[in-house]
Amino acid sequence: MSESLWQRLTGDVPRRALLALGGLLLLLLAAPFLLRLAPAGDYWLSLLILVVYFSYIGQAWNIMMGFAGQLSLGHALYLGLGGYVAAALYVNLGIGPWLGVFIAVAAAMLAGGLIGFLGFRFSLAGVYFALLTIAFAEFTRILFDHFTWVGGSGGLFLKVEADGSAFNLQGSPLLFYYVILALAAGAFVLCRFLLTSRLGHYWLAVREDPEAAQAAGIAVLRTKMLAVLISAGLTAVGGVWSAFYYKSLFPEAAFAMGRSIEVTLAPIIGGLGTLFGPILGSALLVGLGDLFTTLAEILANDYGVKAAGLKQIGYGIALLLIVMFRRDGVWPWLARRLGFERRPADDAGEGRP
Amino acid sequence: MLDVSGLDLHYGDAQALAGVSLHAQAREIVVIVGANGAGKSSLIRTIHGMHRPSAGRITFEGIDIAGQPSHQVVERGIGQVAEGRQVFPNLSVLENLEMGAAPRRARAQEKATLERVFGLFPRLAERRRQAAGTLSGGEQQMLAIGRCLMGQPKLIMLDEPSLGLSPAMTQEVFRVVRQLHADGLTILLVEQNVMASLKLANRAYVLENGRIVLSGTGPELLDNDGVRQAYLGL
Repeated sequence: MSESLWQRLTGDVPRRALLALGGLLLLLLAAPFLLRLAPAGDYWLSLLILVVYFSYIGQAWNIMMGFAGQLSLGHALYLGLGGYVAAALYVNLGIGPWLGVFIAVAAAMLAGGLIGFLGFRFSLAGVYFALLTIAFAEFTRILFDHFTWVGGSGGLFLKVEADGSAFNLQGSPLLFYYVILALAAGAFVLCRFLLTSRLGHYWLAVREDPEAAQAAGIAVLRTKMLAVLISAGLTAVGGVWSAFYYKSLFPEAAFAMGRSIEVTLAPIIGGLGTLFGPILGSALLVGLGDLFTTLAEILANDYGVKAAGLKQIGYGIALLLIVMFRRDGVWPWLARRLGFERRPADDAGEGRP
Repeated sequence: MLDVSGLDLHYGDAQALAGVSLHAQAREIVVIVGANGAGKSSLIRTIHGMHRPSAGRITFEGIDIAGQPSHQVVERGIGQVAEGRQVFPNLSVLENLEMGAAPRRARAQEKATLERVFGLFPRLAERRRQAAGTLSGGEQQMLAIGRCLMGQPKLIMLDEPSLGLSPAMTQEVFRVVRQLHADGLTILLVEQNVMASLKLANRAYVLENGRIVLSGTGPELLDNDGVRQAYLGL
């Protein structure tokens, strides 16, 4: 491969899509300062942080499901494990998160490796594999309920320290915003890199037809394992970030089934297997959630109508509509609209690839 | 080159292969005929490491490969074109072919092999950017064979390559098989098209209920009364 890395990453992406991506990155970099000018800027920043966070972990989950076709409904395990390991190391042993994150990633990869090996070695596929991932997340939750070193069911808390700084991942939302933005941008580039690699091609082959992939001589087990390991590791980093951002961890929440589902929503809504799907999906989801919360507040405050559950119902209906009318997610449709698809194939006359 | 002896395969309680022995010498065309459910695909899949045999030996170039995972079998030089043209429908023709170059051995010459495959199948070169699922049945079969060649096999196993193809396309498949043979490949061919395949065969076997019931040269089997009655309707 003599082509440069830049060429490889951007080769068949239309120029206007690259420009738009660059523009988006600049906008996100400047966003905290722009939001300061707006009323309730802090609140908007907290929403933006959520968007970037969900797009990051969605990207990580997408590697398993979108690229390699392996359904995990237990990603809360990697989030929770990552968060707990880094937080417990910091609280109990004084090991800072910048070091702890590596141990957290290793722990999550170990767990992912175990689940992957059990599932793939014994040919659990589809929903049965998904059940296995749920089971592991569930019994890790129960385990942590009784694990007193990390606070058991009473939870683990990170104190707000007076001398807190970026070195121990303490600080203003601004710090957390730029950290998660860097992670999300990094994951985006990494995923693009993986997709253009030999491994990425093998993932697609395994996703499309595992048996044909095997017949073609692809080491299917290894290919799937790499997807789980990379996905679990990246997700754990998100878990560390989340633990230090929220500063408290409870097994009931950290390993919750609902949290696992939350991870999957953005890529599903945005478009499975696409790079931009998780980003668009999380923007839509956080936006919709906030819209219905605001709506409920207006109804309650201005009209005295107590619409409890409006948020959940509205959110649910909106998701249902999106999934019904944009089966492949919103992004593939939007990309076509914007002309961001791969450069059109000029079939016959083309020379070497 | 390939030696199979006393091969047993069970799916749970059901026995799919019973004491199957066969061999293929370098640059031979070996044909296996048999009715549906006789165990032809099971045999190919077992040789290819997709099933673990319960007894027996499979040696390739003197090395026992029974029970080895598929990717290692491919690495040693045994390619498989599976039944039913298993191409990746949403990937392009070119991407499908690149998948075939999975064995480490084949990667260094990937470009050159690709040119060779395009030489053999000009249609694939024309449609390299097209999704494989949009190709015709015959073109998909060519793609499946091409993908297998990308792995630079020494022995290629074809499982019912003419299944569901038009007569013209079937002839084309047999032309390709002859061409590959002329290029020096050893071929293990499973076919329902008994007449055409036995004409090609240096050596042939008849598989019934998981057992080899008859073997010989192609012409010998073509003259055999049992074969003529059971498979040729003569």
